[in-house]
Amino acid sequence: MIENSTSNALVELKDLNVKFVSREATVSAVNNVSLTLKAGEVLCIIGESGSGKSVSMRALMRLLPERRTKITGEISVAGKNVLELQGKELSDLRGGTVSMIFQEPMTALDPVYRVGDQIAEAVCRHEGCDREMGLERALELLELVKVPSAERRLKAYPHELSGGLRQRVMIAMALSCRPKLLLADEPTTALDATVQIQVLILLRKLQREMGMGMIFVTHDLGVAAEIADRVAVMYAGRIVETGTVQEVLGDPRHPYTRGMLASTVHGNMRGKDIEAIPGNPPDLRRLPTGCSFAPRCKDVTASCSEALPPEVFMGGGRMSRCLLASAPPDEPKSMAPAI
Amino acid sequence: MNADTNISEPAAPTLTSVQPVDRRDRGGNAQPMLIARGLKKHFPITGGVLNQVVGHVRAVDDVSFSVLKGETLGVVGESGCGKSTLARLLMHLIEPDEGNLVFDGDAVGEVDGLSVRDMRRLMQMVFQDSYSSLNPRMPVQDSVAYGKRVHGATNAEARAAARELLEKVGLDPNLFGPRYPHELSGGQKQRVNIARALVLEPRVVILDEAVSALDKSVEAQVLNLLRYLKQHFNLTYVFISHDLNVVQYISDRVLVMYLGEIVEIGPVDEIYDSPRHPYTRALLASRLSMDPDDRIEEPPLVGDPPNPVNPPSGCRFRTRCQFAEKICEVESPAVTGWRETSEHMTACHMYVEKSGHSMAKAPAPSPAIIAAGKPPVSHVV
Amino acid sequence: MVSASSVEPQALADMQSGPALKVRGYWASVAYRLRYDYLTLFFGGMVILVILSAIFAPLLAPMDPYQSSMINRLKPIGYKDFLLGTDELGRDLLSRLLYGGRISLTMGVLPVVIATLVGGTLGVIAGFVGGKVNMAIMRIMDVFYAFPSILLAVAISGAMGGGIVNGMVSLTLIFIPPLCRVAETATSQVRSLDFVEAARASGAGTFSIISVHILGNVLGPILIYSSSLVSVSILIASGLSFLGLGVTPPEPDWGLMLNTLRQAIYINPVICALPGVAILITSISFNLVSDGLRSAMDVRL
Repeated sequence: MIENSTSNALVELKDLNVKFVSREATVSAVNNVSLTLKAGEVLCIIGESGSGKSVSMRALMRLLPERRTKITGEISVAGKNVLELQGKELSDLRGGTVSMIFQEPMTALDPVYRVGDQIAEAVCRHEGCDREMGLERALELLELVKVPSAERRLKAYPHELSGGLRQRVMIAMALSCRPKLLLADEPTTALDATVQIQVLILLRKLQREMGMGMIFVTHDLGVAAEIADRVAVMYAGRIVETGTVQEVLGDPRHPYTRGMLASTVHGNMRGKDIEAIPGNPPDLRRLPTGCSFAPRCKDVTASCSEALPPEVFMGGGRMSRCLLASAPPDEPKSMAPAI
Repeated sequence: MNADTNISEPAAPTLTSVQPVDRRDRGGNAQPMLIARGLKKHFPITGGVLNQVVGHVRAVDDVSFSVLKGETLGVVGESGCGKSTLARLLMHLIEPDEGNLVFDGDAVGEVDGLSVRDMRRLMQMVFQDSYSSLNPRMPVQDSVAYGKRVHGATNAEARAAARELLEKVGLDPNLFGPRYPHELSGGQKQRVNIARALVLEPRVVILDEAVSALDKSVEAQVLNLLRYLKQHFNLTYVFISHDLNVVQYISDRVLVMYLGEIVEIGPVDEIYDSPRHPYTRALLASRLSMDPDDRIEEPPLVGDPPNPVNPPSGCRFRTRCQFAEKICEVESPAVTGWRETSEHMTACHMYVEKSGHSMAKAPAPSPAIIAAGKPPVSHVV
Repeated sequence: MVSASSVEPQALADMQSGPALKVRGYWASVAYRLRYDYLTLFFGGMVILVILSAIFAPLLAPMDPYQSSMINRLKPIGYKDFLLGTDELGRDLLSRLLYGGRISLTMGVLPVVIATLVGGTLGVIAGFVGGKVNMAIMRIMDVFYAFPSILLAVAISGAMGGGIVNGMVSLTLIFIPPLCRVAETATSQVRSLDFVEAARASGAGTFSIISVHILGNVLGPILIYSSSLVSVSILIASGLSFLGLGVTPPEPDWGLMLNTLRQAIYINPVICALPGVAILITSISFNLVSDGLRSAMDVRL
């Protein structure tokens, strides 16, 4: 199925499992994750820390340390089986078909080179042009990501730039090879509110113009609302709910998604308690047998902890891994307005 | 939230959040818990071979405000606006270059006032990074008990107080007390940090981005806990955060900072419903909508905050402000009230009559226009 | 819903629970990890063996290490009663190695212990106080750094004259600067962490902060480093003795023995190599134990 060229999926994950093995314990970071991304689509993976969202992305690019990681399942990107790629093919994938931007651009940029040279080098590596051309293209790219006075910034070192500009430079670098797929790992989390919205709007615009597919990892439902076409909610290494962003945020079918929405703080909840999800996420070394969310779920039934609830498909790519998905319980209390 | 439990005399009209009389009060209900006057801190930047001073980071510049008894004062601003420096100045963890603090009527650090050591017992702080703010080599109950021991309690007393507080913050002392920080989750560590701050029975707790690093579901738990503790221990909070929604949720009054200066301060509803300063408006307009069908199409502000090393002359916001005029470059606006209100103050030439700003001559911008976050376009120069 | 009474149950409702996991202190967890590190355990055993054999040398030594015999010079291993042969003056080599261990180990361990105390204290002070104090202490240490440590040891010993005590003094002096630097680095890292600030915010004094919060966190790195210095110290001490600056004949010392047996290398090379083997085994053991300690203690908690 992976080699099926008729499928128009840009990314296809099937039963992806990622385990980190060490002498003391085995951490099941990602468990049976399956998802698809169509070309030109923006998918947001929403989850809290330890939900496996970043690990899935890194597995997609084979960025995890090979020795301590056990990856099983199928990953295909643009028709290529990522888990079988070797050497040159792999580096073609990493900087050609797929690019990645990170939360902290300072770690992705080399502090001792000017940003112009770094972008030019990335361009030259993929297009085999000379430095002159590379710099020209670097300037174009900086203008594309709306860096003010781009000419001057070409000669700047990363530490001379503000956080927002650094993030733009990193985006420019990621776009230098015209990727088909952009992976974004919380790229706006470390930014200030006024800068975050600028970067989000920029990414949305660039994605549309270049027709890239994008997987955007975030913990912030607000960010997903701004940028996503479709949303996948992860909890304890599993996808618990998928759907379009309108469906998931407007009509959540998994109690975890509902809990996340209810516990997102809003000013108009002042003076009231927030409906927080009690407890803590499970220990990934000792996942419970049934639904991982069962210990924190207020709609829990006896059968929840017996076996892993199946994926319930509700048509149109809508899925929820909950026994009550098709018939959501009546909300006892007024929920925080999700919208 | 305390209106129905308030058994004291009705307070003065401006002090809506006064708690029942606390016997630890020295100055009475109307006396602000904390007054900061003209706080200033410039950090020297050294460079070169001889480590000479090549510039100053103007982290906090002439900041004055007061914190009322029993209220929560939210402090918002972007990174580099000096809000964390402000927290450390309030705690005297760094010495201010200028300015002073008055704690419940007593000047802090002066001869006949309150000593810094005593002030630190009355005012405590919770840090953002729940990991590095706990000693990794100490069981958490000892970390909590430590402050008590410093102030002369016996081991047994300190331990008992620590266990009681752990219970209060929702951690079973038998289960969690003997654990080490690495055996706790982020939210649990932050609960320990809160217990540690409360062990000295402070009046004021400064929460420096205390929930910012937590996951949303845990953040909600901790916010609920903070609300409960405030009531239970009759606390006053200074809540520093970059998250506008959280600040709106928890604060009674809000202080907005930009590049080391106060740009606007006032009751939370006024700030959020009718912000005055262009920066506050932009900040509020940058909040994510949570509605996929109503996305923000145009960024309210362009560019990043400037470097606090060499802030712009005059009004520091003028470089990003669409209303900036000549006067903004020349003169730095004072924090003033508009018309009859003294609660809601802002530092903008547009709100000072005859300031020289073209919009200042006009009558006050109509609330409807401001509430919509849209500038009266006709006045743009 | 909004009143005070509703707040409490909610806050307590999410009382944190969790598995009653076994709580282990830091040092206990280091010991736990060491239990499965067989290499470190083996060489730890070697270190203990060497130390014990030095302590009980008078009981273990088959002969008098000073008793020379002209007819039994440079006999090979296993000759008559001489288990490890004899040296160039016909003294029993095994006894001399056992006794030599006492001096060599003392010269290896004692300077490091003293240097750890002095250098560690200076480094913690420099790191914690910072500013001018830091500058003064660290610049003085830099002066010592300007010379290679062996040269410095030779120079100091040469200036003060030979002998065990002077040798140890010079060794101590050359180990203070690196230990001071390690302590300073570790301290200034810990000092910038929030929990130190939190301790200050609760009104704790400098002494209390250092003893309660700083020491516990810097002791690990300092001890790891100083344990790795023991082998260096043994080697340099042997070098000093070899050059005639440390131990003086006829005292048995591994370095000195290596020196005096050197002339007989063409007559009986195996015997000549034995003191070197003793030095090698001891320093390797100390080194590997120190490495094992490092990996057991360095784990990010």
